[in-house]
Amino acid sequence: MTIDEAGLRRVAALARLRLAGDRLHALSSQVGSILEHMAALQAVDTANVPPMSAAPTAASALRADDGEPLPLAIPRDRFAPAWRDGFFLVPRVASHEGEPTGDA
Amino acid sequence: MTGPAAVAARELARAHAAGERDVIHTVRTAFDRADEVGPGGENLNCLLSSDREAALTAAEALPAGALALRGVPVVVKDNIATLDLPTTCASRVLEHYVSPYEATVVRRLRDAGAIIVGKSNLDEFAMGSSTEHSAFGPTRNPVDRSRVPGGSSGGSAAAVAAGIAPIALGSETGGSVRQPAAFCGVVGVKPTYGRVSRFGLVAFASSLDQVGVFGRTVDDAALGLAVIAGHDPRDATSAAEPVRDHGGERGAPLRGLVVGRPREYFADSLDPRIVALCDRAAETLRAAGAEIRDVSLPHTALAIPAYYVIAPAECSSNLARFDGARYGLRVEGDGLSAMYEATRSRGFGDEVIRRVLLGTWVLSAGYYDAYYRKAMQVRALIADDFDRVFAHGVDCLLTPTAPTPAFPLGAIADPYEMYLSDVFTVTANLAGLPGISVPAGRVDGLPIGAQLLGRRFDEATLFRAAFAIEAALGEEAHR
Repeated sequence: MTIDEAGLRRVAALARLRLAGDRLHALSSQVGSILEHMAALQAVDTANVPPMSAAPTAASALRADDGEPLPLAIPRDRFAPAWRDGFFLVPRVASHEGEPTGDA
Repeated sequence: MTGPAAVAARELARAHAAGERDVIHTVRTAFDRADEVGPGGENLNCLLSSDREAALTAAEALPAGALALRGVPVVVKDNIATLDLPTTCASRVLEHYVSPYEATVVRRLRDAGAIIVGKSNLDEFAMGSSTEHSAFGPTRNPVDRSRVPGGSSGGSAAAVAAGIAPIALGSETGGSVRQPAAFCGVVGVKPTYGRVSRFGLVAFASSLDQVGVFGRTVDDAALGLAVIAGHDPRDATSAAEPVRDHGGERGAPLRGLVVGRPREYFADSLDPRIVALCDRAAETLRAAGAEIRDVSLPHTALAIPAYYVIAPAECSSNLARFDGARYGLRVEGDGLSAMYEATRSRGFGDEVIRRVLLGTWVLSAGYYDAYYRKAMQVRALIADDFDRVFAHGVDCLLTPTAPTPAFPLGAIADPYEMYLSDVFTVTANLAGLPGISVPAGRVDGLPIGAQLLGRRFDEATLFRAAFAIEAALGEEAHR
C-alpha cells in the first residue's frame, strides 16, 4: 500500500507526533511496506465471524467497590506542588488553544 | 555457570531457610556476577538499574521462616513498576521515572522473600524482538556477544543465562518471553491471559499483554510463576483461578498425553536442523508414553498480519498518555499541542513511532473496518483453530519457538522481517493461551527452543511435558 507523505503527516498529527522531512520520508516508506503485508487479511472470508477483541478469560470486570487503598511510596499530597481541600494544585501547562478570544 | 543461578531457586530458598547458606552471600554473589557481565566486563548491558545496598538491606530484613523464594535473586523487566528502582521502559520518555507504587507481581515476589537485584533492559515499551530498540543501547546475548538476546525481554533472558539470577520477570505481548528464552538457552513461560496480574505493568497492547517468567530450569520457572500467579482485584482481567506450584509436575507420567505437531509450524522453508531438534524433543515425549499427532492450524500464516494490526492499534492508544503533561520527559513548545508533539517526537524511538503511526493509521476513519475490525475477525479464526484441535483430544502442541537462532546485532534492518521473528509465538497471545519455551539443543552453537502451547489455564500440562523434555535431553539441550 502506498502512503504519501501528506497522508502520514495527517496521521502523525492525530498521534501528536511531528516528523521532520527525511524521517517522514523513511517512515512513509516503512509503514506503507508493512501495510502491504496486511493485505493478506483482506483475502480472508470473515463474513460470519464476530470480531475477537480480547482473549476469553474467567475474569469478571465487576467486583465490589471495596478495594484497599493503593499503598504509595509517598503520601498522596506530595505528588503535587500544592494541595488544597483534597485537590491537587498544579501550574498551568499552557493556555487553552482553539478557544474564542476577545470579548464575549 | 557461576553465581546464584547455578543453584536451583527452590534449593537456594531451602538452604537459606535451613541456615545452610547465607542470604547476604547469595545476594553479593549475584551483584558480583552482574558486575562481571556489566560495563568494564562483558558489557552485556542486560541491566538498566540496580542498587546493591538496597538489596542487601532487604536481604537483612527478611522475616524468619520458610518463604518460597527466600533470598533468591530475581531480575525484573524495566516495564514493571518497582518502588526503589526507576521504571524506564527503556525509553527517553520515562528516563529517571520512579513509580509511586509497585506492581502486584513485584509485591508478591518480595512477600515470598525474593531479592530484586536489578531492572532489565528491553526493547522500548516492549516493542521489538531483539532488545536493539532500547534507548539505552542493545543487550548482548551471553552465549555469543555478537548476537541479540531476542526481545523484547532480552535483558531478563540474558540476566538468567549469564547467571545473575535463576529467575527473572518479563512481559509478553507477542512472544517477548518465549523468543528471548529460546535465543539465550533458558526457560520462558507465558501464562494464560488472566493468570497473572498486570497491575503495575506498563501497558503496550492490553488485550495481549501478560507478565511471564524466565528460569534457568523448568522448575525455576514453575516456582516463579507459582509466586506471582493468582487473582488481583486491581486488574480487571485477572482471573480467580486456583494457583498451583507446577514443580509437582516433575516426573509426572505422560502416558495418555496427546501432543499435537502443527504442520504449519514446520514449513519446508524452516531450517531442517531446527525441525530435527524439535522432533527430537517430541521423541522424548513419545518415549515417555505420549502420543504425537499431526494436526493443522490453518490460519497460522495470518497471525503476523493480524497481530501487527491489533498490537499497534492498542499501542497507539496506550501510549497517548506519554505527552509531557504527566510522566517523565517534557519538551517545551509554543502551546500545548506543540509541547505534546515535541515531547513525543523526541522521547520515542523509531520503532515506537512506527507502531504508533501504524496503529493510528489502522484506527483512522476509512481504515478501521478494513484493518482493525478485519484483524479482530482473523484473531477469532486463529483462536478457533486452537479450540478445535484441543476439542479433538490434543492436550498440548509442540513447535519451534522461533524460526531462527539468535541473529547478529544489526543484521535485520527491515521492520517486517524483524516482526517475522515472532511468527510462532504471536498465535498464543492472540488466542490467550499459555506457552513455554524449553531448550532443545543448538544449531551452529546457538540455542534453539522448543515451544509447548496448551489450553487456557492448563499450564500444568505444559510443565509436565517441559519437565519431561528437560529430563530426557539433559545436557544435550545445551549442546
